[in-house]
Amino acid sequence: MGAAVATRQIQFREAIREAMSEEMRRDKRVFLMGEEVAQYQGAYKVSQGMLDEFGEKRVIDVPISENGFAGLGVGAAMMGLRPIIEFMSWSFSLVAADQILNNAPKMLYMSGGQFGCPVVFRGNDGAGGQLGSTHSWAVEGLFANVPGLRIVIPSTPYDAKGLLKTAIRCDDPVFFLESERMLGNKGPVPEEEYLIPFGKADIKRAGGDCTLVSFGRPVHFCLEAAEKLAEEGIECEVIDGRTIRPLDMDTIIESIRKTNYCVVVDQSWPFGSVASEVATQIYERAMDHLDNRVYRVCSDDVPAPYSKNLEQAMLPNPGKIIKAVRQAMYLE
Amino acid sequence: MTMTDPQAVSQPVERVSAKTRLKWLRDMMLIREFELRTMQAYQEAKIGGFCHVYIGQEACAVGCIAATNPDDPVITAYRDHGHALARGMEARYAMAEMFGKIGGCAKGKGGSMHFFDKRTHFYGGHAIVGGQTPIGAGLAFATRYENEVLGQGKKRVTLCFLGDGALNQGALHEAMNLCAILDLPCIFVVENNRYSMGTSIERGTSMADDLSTKAAAYGMPYFQADGMDVCAVYNVMKRVVDRMRSEQRPAFVEISTYRYKGHSMSDPQKYRTKDEVSEYEANDPIRRLADALIEAGSLNEDGFKELNQSVRDEVRDAIKWAEQSPEPDPATELYSDVVTEPFGAYGPTSLPEMCEHEPGEAPESP
Repeated sequence: MGAAVATRQIQFREAIREAMSEEMRRDKRVFLMGEEVAQYQGAYKVSQGMLDEFGEKRVIDVPISENGFAGLGVGAAMMGLRPIIEFMSWSFSLVAADQILNNAPKMLYMSGGQFGCPVVFRGNDGAGGQLGSTHSWAVEGLFANVPGLRIVIPSTPYDAKGLLKTAIRCDDPVFFLESERMLGNKGPVPEEEYLIPFGKADIKRAGGDCTLVSFGRPVHFCLEAAEKLAEEGIECEVIDGRTIRPLDMDTIIESIRKTNYCVVVDQSWPFGSVASEVATQIYERAMDHLDNRVYRVCSDDVPAPYSKNLEQAMLPNPGKIIKAVRQAMYLE
Repeated sequence: MTMTDPQAVSQPVERVSAKTRLKWLRDMMLIREFELRTMQAYQEAKIGGFCHVYIGQEACAVGCIAATNPDDPVITAYRDHGHALARGMEARYAMAEMFGKIGGCAKGKGGSMHFFDKRTHFYGGHAIVGGQTPIGAGLAFATRYENEVLGQGKKRVTLCFLGDGALNQGALHEAMNLCAILDLPCIFVVENNRYSMGTSIERGTSMADDLSTKAAAYGMPYFQADGMDVCAVYNVMKRVVDRMRSEQRPAFVEISTYRYKGHSMSDPQKYRTKDEVSEYEANDPIRRLADALIEAGSLNEDGFKELNQSVRDEVRDAIKWAEQSPEPDPATELYSDVVTEPFGAYGPTSLPEMCEHEPGEAPESP
């Protein structure tokens, strides 16, 4: 991947900021709206400095009223603007469900192709900071059920920047899922401009023994698990889906043809999850290439607890992934 | 700042030419005839789903939209047939949409509650009560942004229609607050027909006898109009639209109206008396305007009959168009317009190019 030639390391939040700023310089129709994005400089400092550069007409603070400003983004997008709507947390987007799930993804279809909705909704997704059950949603499992939208879930600064630029130029509503736990992560990002297309998974680690498929933050858990398993001589291939809709099953199937074993790792709940969908599609397309069933590592099927040890017990982690790989490969 | 604006409401009625009023009369008659035939087609099972007709409220859509420019965005809720026709959508696109045909305004994918027409800047019927109001704020945001950031140098206002039922949805209050703090030129037009489905406004809404309080809460000027009189609606709206176009901020208008028919085709209407309905029917906006024009010598009974015949012909043509238009072909239409690139259900068939999508036009012929 292009990141190999990069000479500088920047934080995940800086990568997102660069993507937004570059696109706002390129296209005046792009604006950023959300809670505390302007004067406060971003609740997580993602938009730091953007108010100074672009002014209050394009970096816009709004009150805590997600249903209102998400709907405002839908209307502005129907008129041909390119809104980036920040949810401080995707957990808060649930109060805007009518706008983001009922309106944005259906507008093109309902209008018979007349009104597209090129809006990007972005913000922090998932658990991990002891925030309790209402602030800890990993929404991808729920939202992936809805046709008409794109779901993007990067795991590295490089992917975040390239995918967000594509998201802003996309004519469909895009849900861009970040993670507060990763915003400070550094990674190589080239100076020169690049875009990453949707629907193209990235093989973050090559290996021939077992395929690990994941999305977003748990990709790092998979990489950790793969390193440990490699010490025992088990080489895992780690596939980062990068986008959930569209889903790049071709890359996953190709890997399974080589490894014959698969574990899917998903930070959302197991029931009707992205992991379930990936597993089902694997059965539909590659049953004959499997030497065991597909194993899933998801969050436990409980509301996210506050207590640190309970929360850690709930979430996917390298230990759970190692165990799943061992089970998948009949090693325990 | 005065929250209510009695001055604007009490100003003398603006003179409107007989020619214009004759056009409004025809527009209202077209909506009435369209809806009567819609009810008939629904009973014949040519129209499916829910169907909410606009009979009785014609003066609202016609009077309000007459006060706007053709490129001012209009958005409404699910009782949208009248607004679409008043805005200039062709009756046959409207009827074919309800018939679920490819010749409909949304290729049969939207239905009665989801009319859209890009050509007439009609941003849709929206079927979740109140859900259209934040979108309306977004349309107003975009017009202001186009002017101030993109430098297109044109001031537009957005008409956002809602029913009295939407007064109690949080979405409306978030939208009104956003419009107030961001100075968005969105005119919230409440068509107060007194019932949200079967719940009277008194049972469902606080301060039902003084909706100016809703506007006052957000510092918006409030206006009121008699929705059974198209000239009164126009006169109030003309002032509101002109003022908000120049001031570029939101306003709140309450139009008192009444629907003669039930909430939807399946409504037995046990929540109101026949006398109540008759009382409003006696004050019918179409008859009222026709009588005024006849009295002024601008129309005679023959002229009225001609108008009647011409709207009947137009709606008959719409029905014919709808009946003859093919059903959408699942092979091409089921998966088109889901996203701008056809990924289908099982991942990409091709990688997306950087998109330069132009949303499609409504079809020209069936």
